[in-house]
Amino acid sequence: MSHWIILPIVLPAMLAPFIVLAARHHISIQRVFAIAGVLAQLVIAAGLAWTTSDGTILLYQLGDWAAPFGIVLVGDRLSTMMVLLTAILAMFVLIYAIATKWDEKGANFHALFQFQLMGIMGAFLTGDLFNLFVFFEVLLIASYGLMIHAGGNDRLRAGVQYVLFNLLGSTLFLFALGSIYAETGTLNMADLAYRATLIGPDATVGIRVAAVLLLLVFAIKAALVPLHFWLPSSYAEAPGPVAALFAIMTKVGAYAIIRVYTLIFPPNLEATTASFDVWLQPAALLSLALGMIGVLAAKKLDRLVAFAVIGSMGMVLVAISMFTPESIAAALYYIIHSTFAGAALFLIVDLVKSSRRSLDLVALPPVVGAPLIAGLFFAAAIAMAGLPPLSGFIGKLLILDAAVASGTQGLIWTVILASSLIAVVGFGRAGSTVFWKAKSIVPTQDHPQQGPHVMACAAIGTLIALLALLTVLGGYVHEYTIATSNQLFDPAPYIATVIETPGKLSTPTEGY
Amino acid sequence: MEILVASAVGILTAAGLYLVMRLRTFPVILGVSLLTYAVNVFLFASGRLTIGAPPILTDAETYADPLPQALVLTAIVISFGMTAVVVMISLGSYLGSNDDGVNDPLLDKDEDLS
Repeated sequence: MSHWIILPIVLPAMLAPFIVLAARHHISIQRVFAIAGVLAQLVIAAGLAWTTSDGTILLYQLGDWAAPFGIVLVGDRLSTMMVLLTAILAMFVLIYAIATKWDEKGANFHALFQFQLMGIMGAFLTGDLFNLFVFFEVLLIASYGLMIHAGGNDRLRAGVQYVLFNLLGSTLFLFALGSIYAETGTLNMADLAYRATLIGPDATVGIRVAAVLLLLVFAIKAALVPLHFWLPSSYAEAPGPVAALFAIMTKVGAYAIIRVYTLIFPPNLEATTASFDVWLQPAALLSLALGMIGVLAAKKLDRLVAFAVIGSMGMVLVAISMFTPESIAAALYYIIHSTFAGAALFLIVDLVKSSRRSLDLVALPPVVGAPLIAGLFFAAAIAMAGLPPLSGFIGKLLILDAAVASGTQGLIWTVILASSLIAVVGFGRAGSTVFWKAKSIVPTQDHPQQGPHVMACAAIGTLIALLALLTVLGGYVHEYTIATSNQLFDPAPYIATVIETPGKLSTPTEGY
Repeated sequence: MEILVASAVGILTAAGLYLVMRLRTFPVILGVSLLTYAVNVFLFASGRLTIGAPPILTDAETYADPLPQALVLTAIVISFGMTAVVVMISLGSYLGSNDDGVNDPLLDKDEDLS
């Protein structure tokens, strides 16, 4: 049993208390350890992704207890891909936070950042539904701290909304877990996958309720309309780098939907057929439309990006809701793309905010370093709206292509194409107001401000370069997501690995 | 006993939901607390209700399922911590802006910036 798979969780769990206890008065030491920690995460995540890329399923039994009784961590292609994605995103967000000195504006930024990473990594790696809940809580409680980092009344108010909404979501999660346990007697995902098939057609009420409740919980996390109300305020009010890191949090919800609804409640499972899948697709299409209309309607740049995130999550969920290997592969490609694009946009908004009186979409004097920031915004907006040549276009093509086989092709194509047009107009309007119209205003030359920090721009530039790389290497990435998706639709090896690997319990001593 | 536990969960949930919809931080936090109590009882009942049975596998015919008890403990600890966090944040928000509403303020702060 290799121990590497638990390191993405243990490393930040150790680093964060160390930063709080030993280095809380020394921001430079905190920075060194935070960067070193994230770099190590990156290496470990790359190693894990490499190990699982041939289809191996990594299993880690905590305390060597066998699966349905002990807690397990499982790494397959999907989990390790998400872990790697998180590590890459964390790296650039951290560089940006340090370069712009966001981490100095309040206490314990680096410790909370590490706890946040611990929760996200754990949610991706766990093979147990209750542990998924625990890791959700870890990432949420860290995100509460990060969300109100640096304080301010508006931020605190948005923080209250965010925390309360998520507390209700957690309660719902526990109700769902209780019903699942009452129906099946287990919370291990692989074991559940087996037991869900045993439920007879006459006793499906409980498991249907549980499946839909669970989907509601994940839909809250993934900001699916009409459960998206927490997102615009909290993402707009959160500090820039924190909002950028939160770009992966909505994907945790999407990941959980993919995992649970391909492994435990697959579309062909009789007990839950025609329950959650009836309304997932309409809700996803609605999110996509509402998100992109929000982009056009937003009065402030930060709200605009928040609605773009809702729209892109809608796109991901449209692809997921078709539940075919092609559509899940397309969704995974789009998840990678929209994580980087969303994060880059939030960081750009933060740069604009630092030298502009407000983020209202009205003409104001040009921001410092306008040509560079405008260029970055242009590229990121192209990616987010899904125009060629960046990866959003390829992702959208893949989703459109996957929709051909589904019964609702016309509806999906209409909504995706129309919402893309609306998004293009929305981003075009915002960009031209913020960057072009500004030239007509004579700047009041009272105090020359510093230009944006080089490292901050480099972090954003690298995120956009990654999007370009995702486009150039689109073929390879898509091959990988197809392999991932095929692995998800053939869960037998996953289940066998988890259930059949012997642990302590499998060798009963005499007299038992 | 089933009717007692079921109605307790139902009443707690209903009261919690009602309070959550008051949209002022104090009632909402109370409502969330009631909801967490409800879910704790619910989780506890998910292992079936047994009286006077040993908690782990022995030779006894019936036994109480120990797993939901562990789950409930975890859930209690987490919800307790979360409630403490939300009390602090909403207190900060209330003291900062002298308003304990949960929603965004209604008035649109749309000053003419041009």
